[in-house]
Amino acid sequence: MADLTTDFCGIKSPNPFWLASAPPTDKEYNVRRAFEAGWGGVVWKTLGEAGPPIVNVNGPRYGVVYGADRRVLGINNIELITDRPLEVNLEEIARVKKDFPDRAMVVSIMVPCEEQAWREILPRVEDTGCDGIELNFGCPHGMSERGMGSAVGQVPEYIQMVAEWCKAHTDLPVIVKLTPNITDIRYPARAAKAGGADAVSLINTVSSITSVDLDTMSPEPSIDGKGSHGGYCGPAVKPIALNMVAEIARDPETAGMPISGIGGVTTWRDAAEFLALGAGNVQVCTAAMVYGFGIIKELTAGLSGWMDDKGYTSVAQVSGRAVPNVTDWQYLNLNYVAKARIDQEACIKCGRCYAACEDTSHQAIALKPGRVFEVIDEECVACNLCVDVCPVENCITMEPLRAGEIDKRTGRVVEADYANWTTHPNNPAAVKAAE
Amino acid sequence: MPNSPRTPGVVSARLPDDVLAGNFADLHAPLDAHEAMVAADRCYFCYDAPCINACPTAIDIPLFIRQIQAGSPEGAAKTILEQNILGGMCARVCPTETLCEEACVREAAEGKPVEIGALQRYATDTLMDKGIHPFTRAAVTGKRVAVVGAGPAGLSCAHRLAMKGHDVVIFDAREKPGGLNEYGIASYKTVDDFAQAEVEWLMKIGGIELRTGQRLGREIMLEELQAEFDAVFLGVGLAGVNALRAEGEEHAHVRDAVDFIAELRQARDLSQVPVGRDVVVIGGGMTAVDAAVQSKLLGAEHVTIVYRRTPEAMSASEEEQHLASSKGVRIITGAAPVRLTGGEYVTGVEFAYTEDGPDGLRLTGDTFSLKADVVLKAIGQHLDGAPGGLNLAGRKIAVEGPGRTSMAGVWAGGDCASGGDDLTVTAVAEGRDAAEDIHKSLMG
Repeated sequence: MADLTTDFCGIKSPNPFWLASAPPTDKEYNVRRAFEAGWGGVVWKTLGEAGPPIVNVNGPRYGVVYGADRRVLGINNIELITDRPLEVNLEEIARVKKDFPDRAMVVSIMVPCEEQAWREILPRVEDTGCDGIELNFGCPHGMSERGMGSAVGQVPEYIQMVAEWCKAHTDLPVIVKLTPNITDIRYPARAAKAGGADAVSLINTVSSITSVDLDTMSPEPSIDGKGSHGGYCGPAVKPIALNMVAEIARDPETAGMPISGIGGVTTWRDAAEFLALGAGNVQVCTAAMVYGFGIIKELTAGLSGWMDDKGYTSVAQVSGRAVPNVTDWQYLNLNYVAKARIDQEACIKCGRCYAACEDTSHQAIALKPGRVFEVIDEECVACNLCVDVCPVENCITMEPLRAGEIDKRTGRVVEADYANWTTHPNNPAAVKAAE
Repeated sequence: MPNSPRTPGVVSARLPDDVLAGNFADLHAPLDAHEAMVAADRCYFCYDAPCINACPTAIDIPLFIRQIQAGSPEGAAKTILEQNILGGMCARVCPTETLCEEACVREAAEGKPVEIGALQRYATDTLMDKGIHPFTRAAVTGKRVAVVGAGPAGLSCAHRLAMKGHDVVIFDAREKPGGLNEYGIASYKTVDDFAQAEVEWLMKIGGIELRTGQRLGREIMLEELQAEFDAVFLGVGLAGVNALRAEGEEHAHVRDAVDFIAELRQARDLSQVPVGRDVVVIGGGMTAVDAAVQSKLLGAEHVTIVYRRTPEAMSASEEEQHLASSKGVRIITGAAPVRLTGGEYVTGVEFAYTEDGPDGLRLTGDTFSLKADVVLKAIGQHLDGAPGGLNLAGRKIAVEGPGRTSMAGVWAGGDCASGGDDLTVTAVAEGRDAAEDIHKSLMG
């Protein structure tokens, strides 16, 4: 059976599944339950400065977006960092770590952008016996209005500066948690690296309003008729997170820096995808908040079963496997030609492929008597929309043409050679082949 | 000592009141809002959806289900009712398993179609419970149309005509409107006096006058209607019941299943409805099943449906047959009655097994007998007393296109007219289409 133990920038855990810094990791009670269920580690909910703790709203903290059958696709929250006294949290962290020495205990921290504030809190955190710290530069709501959270994460210079302070004042591994609410994730990642951070974790939540109550005209979640943007997470943000993880993994300046992948991990498969795109482990929140801690059994069993099937013996072997295949559009092979194929045996004749293609794409599906749907090769550009909207898995597939076959749409022979946009005759900036 | 299922003869109150009440409650409980959302989420919003084509009234089913998904059950109801003004009743009585739900692609995919009928009921009930009538009349045209028969075809025709601004008078032979909806369908399919509630709701359109106790050929004559009105629609149904053509039909307690069903539907107190201990129902349609199941639910000890052909040939759907079996009704196929035995009262029926031959079905010498203290005949109905001058097709009024009869200014639809299955939903479609044609001819 595949070994799921993970060493993430020096922090060891029995499996790569950590609970992200969030409500599930706010208290000893929850974290004990998580560890008893089998989670590999937690990032304790973000601690603030000593003194009177922050306060939360006393109404709804979450908004939601549903898919079919009220399946939660995304949750938005306006909860702030821990609203419990620093001392209480520190005592609890120490107690739990003592009882679960094999689990990763990382503490998330968010204090003002002043060196003194960091210098004061870091030794106290270190005293708990925790394994590392995560700098919360990500929360897009509330704390950002006070110059913390994503307000720091959106300024690479601040990231570097705080990372440097932390490296100066603690020996613990430093993980910088990045906000996706920026235009190019590589800049904050580079800044973290420049500041000496040991790793980055991403993504934090995406600024969002989930819905509007059309009776009261208040955004949701609504507090006494008003709403504020929150942070969006869950399966809906996974594609955004995957791309950002991959961008950092393949950026020559940050390549090799450990990445903790966060964003909509719901099943083992999501986790494997984050690992493949360069993450060293993953953090989970929404799935646990929706289904409870019991999902860890599916996550670990699924990942290890898949690794066994593929012959991977360690998480490290999976990490980054797909990174070489992430490229820029300009390098995609334009000589690759595929056509949609519909398995008539599997087809249930719903016609969604037809509606999608006919109304919104290339008119490449014919509706024949008896509701037989057939691809018109002369029109099919292999856009994949029919595959995407078909309710039956593998009923429609994209089949590549072999070299030498004729693409009936263009009338051209499919060439065996790879050729991309950089050399394409239509590209005004194309590099001319040597004469 | 109170009666029980084993009490000999034809008696009432074979079951305690609470059991009777439970037996005659809604066959399928309505979906609540949550169940409706879960069910609606399963719809794929198919292109040129097969369910629409399978619906005789061509309701835009994916659209109304999407409206339920989007939290607008009232809008969904309007989508339904625009095509089928009796969408509430059809949601209860349509054999959806052989219509829309059979065509549903999820039937092909998973053997479990979207619950279209139940969703339709959810939408229409939501609207009707709010007392909303979502249609308004066009400006009054001054044209007057007589509709004969207040069953599904007549009501549908009348509503559409009224909506177009015509004044309509509906004549019906019975005491109450509704036709088979009121008199001919099992109680557990339409509880809480739904048929009357639906008619009342339908009449809210305005411009419709209802005259009951008016039989065509007795109190009213076609020629008089033609003289008084600008157009006439006949939706008189099939009032005649086919004879068994077996010896001994004259014994007491041998009766038409439709009468038994009507009596049951009109009964205020189910414990007052007499039922036999050994009931034999002859026939293979919905009426046979409705009569048999209700006999069983009233407390008959043994109820047997005997049908002369194969189970597949029964016009009662597979689901109806399952319903009967699940309630304890025994179904014997491939046998026909030869003679009914007894003295003043029927005591049994002798059947012969049948076989298919070159000249159709014939009786074999292989016979058996069933004990019976009640025999219900459900072998079909026919048109009773069609007005002279109308061409017939077989035993029905011949119609072409949208219900045009051979007589100018006279349209017909529903069970009495040729073509189409004898279903509520088909009658609604025919009444609606005839109304559109009448409107065109009146305004053209």
